[in-house]
Amino acid sequence: MIELQHISKRFNKGKVNEVLALQDVSLTIPEQEFVVVIGANGSGKTTLLNILSGAEYCTEGNVIISGTDVSRLPEYKRSKWIARVFQDPLKGTASDLSILDNFRLAAIRTTNKKLIIGVNEAFKKRVKDTISILGMGLENKLEQSMGTLSGGQRQALTLLMSVMDDTRILLLDEPTAALDPRSAALILQTADNLIKQYHLTAILITHNLKDANQYGTRLIQMGEGKIIRDLQKTDKAALTLPQMYEWFN
Amino acid sequence: MEFYITALILGLCLSSMGLGIFITMKIFRIPDITTDGSYTLGAVVTAILLSNHWNMGAIIPVVLIAGAIAGILTGLIHTYIKIDALLSGILVMTALYSINLTLLGRSNVPLLDVSNLFSVFTVFSNSVYNSLAIGLLFIVVITLLVGYILRTDFGIAMRATGNSTSMTRALGINNNKMKIIGLAIANALTALSGYLVAQYQNFTDINMGIGIVITGLGSVLIGEALIKWWNITGIPGQLITVICGSILFQLVLAFTLSIGVDPNLLKLVTASFVLLIVIIPRLRTAS
Repeated sequence: MIELQHISKRFNKGKVNEVLALQDVSLTIPEQEFVVVIGANGSGKTTLLNILSGAEYCTEGNVIISGTDVSRLPEYKRSKWIARVFQDPLKGTASDLSILDNFRLAAIRTTNKKLIIGVNEAFKKRVKDTISILGMGLENKLEQSMGTLSGGQRQALTLLMSVMDDTRILLLDEPTAALDPRSAALILQTADNLIKQYHLTAILITHNLKDANQYGTRLIQMGEGKIIRDLQKTDKAALTLPQMYEWFN
Repeated sequence: MEFYITALILGLCLSSMGLGIFITMKIFRIPDITTDGSYTLGAVVTAILLSNHWNMGAIIPVVLIAGAIAGILTGLIHTYIKIDALLSGILVMTALYSINLTLLGRSNVPLLDVSNLFSVFTVFSNSVYNSLAIGLLFIVVITLLVGYILRTDFGIAMRATGNSTSMTRALGINNNKMKIIGLAIANALTALSGYLVAQYQNFTDINMGIGIVITGLGSVLIGEALIKWWNITGIPGQLITVICGSILFQLVLAFTLSIGVDPNLLKLVTASFVLLIVIIPRLRTAS
C-alpha cells in the first residue's frame, strides 16, 4: 500500500541552521496494517507523516502509494487515497461552516467540487446516522457552526469525516495531544473501530506509550531521523509497557 | 423624497460590489483592493460598448469577464509570486488606471444619448420608480445567483478555504486555484456595479472608482453588524445584510449632503462613518 524508498529530508539547506530531519528512511506498509509510531521530539515522526501526505516534499527518495509514485504530487491530489487527522483540532475542520457543510466537504474529498447543491435530506440523514455513533448528541446540532464545539468534539467529528469518502490510508498525527483523557480514549477507540470496519491502512503518531502498546498491529520507534525499532505484530503483542519505558531511559 | 430614492438606487447598484467584497473579505479573508480599478473597468467597458450601440444584455458577459480577468491577475500575483494580497491588489489597481484611460480614450464619456438598462424597460411611468424597480430586480437576480453558488459543493469548498487551508488541502482542494476563482468572482461582481452605475448616472468617469473600495467595505461592515445583531447564520441572510449595508451607506451619505455638509468633505465623512461602524460593536462588547 505504502512504500517509502530511501527518504531523506533536509530543512534550511546550506544555512547554519540546516537540519537533516530524515536520513535514508525506507519503510513498506502493507494494506490494512495499523502502524504506531513513537519517538522523542525531533525524531522525524511528523516529518515522515508530512512527506507521506504531501504537506512536505522529500529531498531524496520516492513515495509510492498503491503502486503510483507520488513523490512530487501536491497534498490536495494525494487526498484521493489519504485522509488526515491533525494534532490541532482546529486544523481539520472549518470553524465558520456548519457541521453539515464540513461533512459535505469530507464526503467529496476524492472528487471534484461541483456547482451542485449536495446537502439534501438524504445527505443530512447520512451525517446524522454517522455522528450518532459518538453518543455526544451532536446529531441534533448539524446546522451549528464547527467553531462552537469543543476540541474533543471537533476531533471526533474530524475522525468520522475521514471515512465519509473512499479512504485507503488514515494518518493520525498525535490526534489526542490536545484532549482530556476521556475524550482521548474515545477518539482512539473510535479510530480503532473505523480502521477495522473500513479495512484502512493507518499510521498513528503518539507520545502516549500506553496507547502505543494497546493499539496497532506494528510498532515503529524513530530516533534522530531514522527508524531504530520496527516490531511486527507478534513481537508487538508480546511487548510489555515496562519494556517500552526502558527504551526512553 | 426622490433624493433619498436616488441614494437607494445607487446603493442597490453598488451592492453588487458589496457582495464581491463580502466574498474576498469575509469568505477568503483577503483584503482585496483591486476593486477601485475593476469597478471603473466595468464602467469603461460599458461606456465603450454602449457608445458602439451594443445591446445592454450582451455587454454584461463582457463586463463580467473584464472584471474577472482583473481579479485573476491579482490572484496570480498573490498566490504564485507570493506577494501580499494588499500589494497585489494595489499593483493591479494602479495598472488598471492606465488601461482604463487608454480604453476610454479620454477622462469622461457621457452616455446621455444612448438607451440604457434603466430607460429601456418600463415598469412604472415615473422614471425614478422605474429605475428603482429595475435596479432591485437586477440585484435580486445577482443575489440569488451568488447565494446559489455559495451553497453548492464548490461554494462550500470556497468558504472552507478562507477558514482552514490545512483542512481544505487535506480534503483535495487546491487553495491557490480557489483563491484565484474567488478573486475573479468578486471582481466580476465589482465590475458589474460599474456597469450599473455608469448607466444609472449616464456617464463614465476615469476617476469614478477612486476610493470606491471603502463603500464596499462599509457595506460589508454594516452587514456584519446586522449579522451579529440578528444572529444570522445562513448564507442568503448574510448576503441580504450586505445589500442592506450598501443601501444604508448611501442613505447616510445622502443625509449628510442634505443637511448641508460641503461635498468636498464627503470622503472624510465616508471614512469617519466606516470608522464609526467598526468602533460601535467594539464599544458594545467592551462595556
